[in-house]
Amino acid sequence: MIGFLKLLSRNRLSLAGLVVIIAVIFVALVTPLLPLPDPDVIDTKNRFKTPFNTDAILGTDHLGRDLMSRLLWGTRLSLAVGFCAAFLAALIGSSIGIISGFYGKHVDNILMRGIDMLMAFPYILLALAIVAALGPGLFNALIAVAIVNIPFFARNIRGVTVGITHKEFIDAARLSGMTDTRIIITEVLPNVFPVIVIAMSTTVGWMILETAGLSFLGLGSQPPQADLGSMLGEARAALITSPYTSVVPGAMILIIVMAINLLGDGIRDALDPRLKSGVLSSPRPRTLVADYSKTKNLDASELLSVSNLKTQFHIGNRNYKAVDGVSIYAKKGACLGIIGESGSGKSVTALSIMGLVSSPPGIITEGYVNYKGIDLIQTNDQKLRSLRGGKISYIFQDPLSSLHPLYTVQQQLEEAILAHQNLSKEEVYQKCIELLKSVRIPNPKQRAKDYPHQLSGGMRQRVSIAMALANDPEVIIADEPTTALDVTVQAQILSLLRELTSQRGLAIIFITHDFGVVSQICDEVAVMYAGKIVEYGPSEMILNHPAHPYTSKLMGCVPEIGKGKRKLASIDGLPPMVDKLDQGCAFAPRCQSTISECLTNDIKLRDVNRNMKVRCIKPETHL
Amino acid sequence: MLGYILKRLFSAIPVLLGISIIVFLIMAMIPGDPATAILGSFATPENVEKLNRDLGLDKTLFQRYFIWLGNILQGDFGRSYSLNKNVIDEVVERFGATLILAGTSFIMCSLIGICAGVLSAAKQFQLTDKLITFIVLLGISIPSFFLGMMMILLFAVHLRWFPVSGMWPIYGARDLTALAGHLALPASALAVVATGVIARLSRSAMLEILRQDYIRTARAKGLDEKIVIWRHALRAAMVSILPILGIQAGFVLSGAVYIEMVFQWPGVGRMLVDAILKRDILLVQGGVVFVAACYVIFNIAVDVAQHLLDPRIKT
Ligand code: SF4
Repeated sequence: MIGFLKLLSRNRLSLAGLVVIIAVIFVALVTPLLPLPDPDVIDTKNRFKTPFNTDAILGTDHLGRDLMSRLLWGTRLSLAVGFCAAFLAALIGSSIGIISGFYGKHVDNILMRGIDMLMAFPYILLALAIVAALGPGLFNALIAVAIVNIPFFARNIRGVTVGITHKEFIDAARLSGMTDTRIIITEVLPNVFPVIVIAMSTTVGWMILETAGLSFLGLGSQPPQADLGSMLGEARAALITSPYTSVVPGAMILIIVMAINLLGDGIRDALDPRLKSGVLSSPRPRTLVADYSKTKNLDASELLSVSNLKTQFHIGNRNYKAVDGVSIYAKKGACLGIIGESGSGKSVTALSIMGLVSSPPGIITEGYVNYKGIDLIQTNDQKLRSLRGGKISYIFQDPLSSLHPLYTVQQQLEEAILAHQNLSKEEVYQKCIELLKSVRIPNPKQRAKDYPHQLSGGMRQRVSIAMALANDPEVIIADEPTTALDVTVQAQILSLLRELTSQRGLAIIFITHDFGVVSQICDEVAVMYAGKIVEYGPSEMILNHPAHPYTSKLMGCVPEIGKGKRKLASIDGLPPMVDKLDQGCAFAPRCQSTISECLTNDIKLRDVNRNMKVRCIKPETHL
Repeated sequence: MLGYILKRLFSAIPVLLGISIIVFLIMAMIPGDPATAILGSFATPENVEKLNRDLGLDKTLFQRYFIWLGNILQGDFGRSYSLNKNVIDEVVERFGATLILAGTSFIMCSLIGICAGVLSAAKQFQLTDKLITFIVLLGISIPSFFLGMMMILLFAVHLRWFPVSGMWPIYGARDLTALAGHLALPASALAVVATGVIARLSRSAMLEILRQDYIRTARAKGLDEKIVIWRHALRAAMVSILPILGIQAGFVLSGAVYIEMVFQWPGVGRMLVDAILKRDILLVQGGVVFVAACYVIFNIAVDVAQHLLDPRIKT
């Protein structure tokens, strides 16, 4: 509760709403004690007195009644009616919901069908029908508004109750011989009560507005008694000549409803854990880049290289160094593997290259990516966009989630082609079919018309590969493209990629957590741990003689290819959180060769021989 | 597809029956002698007797329901005592006026609401987003009847841009421009709240979609950000925005009652309020059943549209 209030108070607007609504309720409560003139005394001599001129502060209405007094009494009445309606709706609706959810089966079926029927009406029609039957009047309007809101409570509470009824403590209560009524009162009710209160707090503003509305129509409170709605309704006749008589009650309704809405928003936000963790923020088109000095004069003869790349996630006060000074080089016609456990920063490295790391919270704080002399991190949006999917393209992990579910294969492929090439309709279609053929999709013309969900996992990933190939790229960055597939399909996709690399002279950067995959496809490999490269060299060399203790452990838990799942789970301990790394080697807590220097020294990535680098002071092999 | 539409129409039958039962039962709750309640205490005995016969009060509730149901299925909703006119004629005529008002308003709030929501989501946490969020909050909180009155004061009385009220000019041609002028204020006033709600929910639907992997794919393809947002993201978000539009249509239709009162619009809402105040029960009954049935049909249309939009749902 205190935590909740704290969360609520963080939202300043909600707090303002809370203060306003408490003030309004307070004034409404003390109204009878205030020295106000009688709100219903008619004084036709003094009608339509403007505000602030006479002793009637807010002026008088068309019958010369004191507006201030009428406003306060009206507010009191409106609030009372609104709260009563909310209470009544909550009482009946929640009862239906609890009974329906608790007993289930036929009871549930019948009750919920009835509720559905009520919800089939536009709400006001139902309210009008009820008022028509009962006759106009404030009490009848209250009942009408309450009934109209019953379905909302019934549905919500039923949902919660259904969730509880399957819990063990209910079964236990049943077994102990408690009657249903007792179980509902002692076990169910306390659990659903908070939900009822929240549902009430979010609908009470609405009900105040609705009863005011019915009064405005002349169907609610009857003269001389007046709530805010009927004050406004009566003032309507004099709208043009004496607008203030309308503004006074109207503004009050606005203030009350707005305050309640603000408060409701705050309550909802405070209760929605997704908002707290910032998950609901949507990524920008390009990863944010911190302001740092740019590197000039990049080597234009290099195909693609990453230098000292640092990508961080700023979440709350924490700063996760997901990628911390990574340098890699992609070569034409070769495949570079980046391997590591999840959280090692391998995917973030891959996504940083084209600015595809979600931001917020991601931010690139240092380094450059050199594509033929262009720094992809600093280049302008337009240039980056022309390279995305053009010369440098991506294949993502799960083709089901990374293909658009509502467009056909053809639409998505053609769009990829047209983003970078100017072709006629016919040419694009030809190209699209060719691409599907080149990734060995049988029946390409039929498959082109399919939606992603109609294809098998392997076929979907082939479509993704076709899309990556659409504009004859020079570099393909594949982020665990086979992880979501089963083993046989995995092998097929790998051999396809292998073939494409040699055929087209592509450079592939292949992200994986699987040394089996590395041995099949990669020429070079970079091993990542806690955002840093710990070993880098030709894959054959590393596979045969791993130098870093982490690499050899990683390989130790790789079963032979084709024999079941290959997972890295069997290294003792967990990878460290990259927001609070201790000094020294990040792997030290899990390493068996640790010596005291490992904990104190900053360990550099150093050459072991001409081709290999390792970040360890006691490498396992010396070549 | 056709099969789905038929299936959906078929499933509406129990809902429509339910609506008729509810309305019938509510009307049966009228305390005391309905004939005197309807006709007032000065009614002539002949009239009372005739009405009692019309209402079938000599029969059981059960029989009465089926007689009434049979009648309304043939389009016979009885006769309005206050207007001395067949209920169905009056309702259809008035509902036409309401449709013009609510329909215009619905199109306005859908277009503006979705655009505002998309913009807000695309510029999340930036100034545009904060501005839209604030305006939306204001829009959601203002009672439409009060807003309508204030709009009359500003735009009709002070600025004289639009007529104060009514649907047609008292003198002069009843053409489209005249209608548009009369429609501008009430339709806007009616649209405000729904626009706010739609904008708000579209924003969160878009935020949900923008985090999806396929949006990253669209960006990785090198697509223009406008296409990513307005085509890829909005198309996917529409799947969850459409049902919201269906619900909001009900709210627009409901809000029309207030707006029709404020702007003297000759719609079915004002007819109902007048009928209630005159205790013209048959008119109320007929109006409510008719409009509710239309709303059910409309919601089926929304479902079908939803279906067309998302190929993943099996027909
Ligand atoms: S530096 Fe020390 S702790 Fe780190 S991997 Fe090498 S031996 Fe182990």
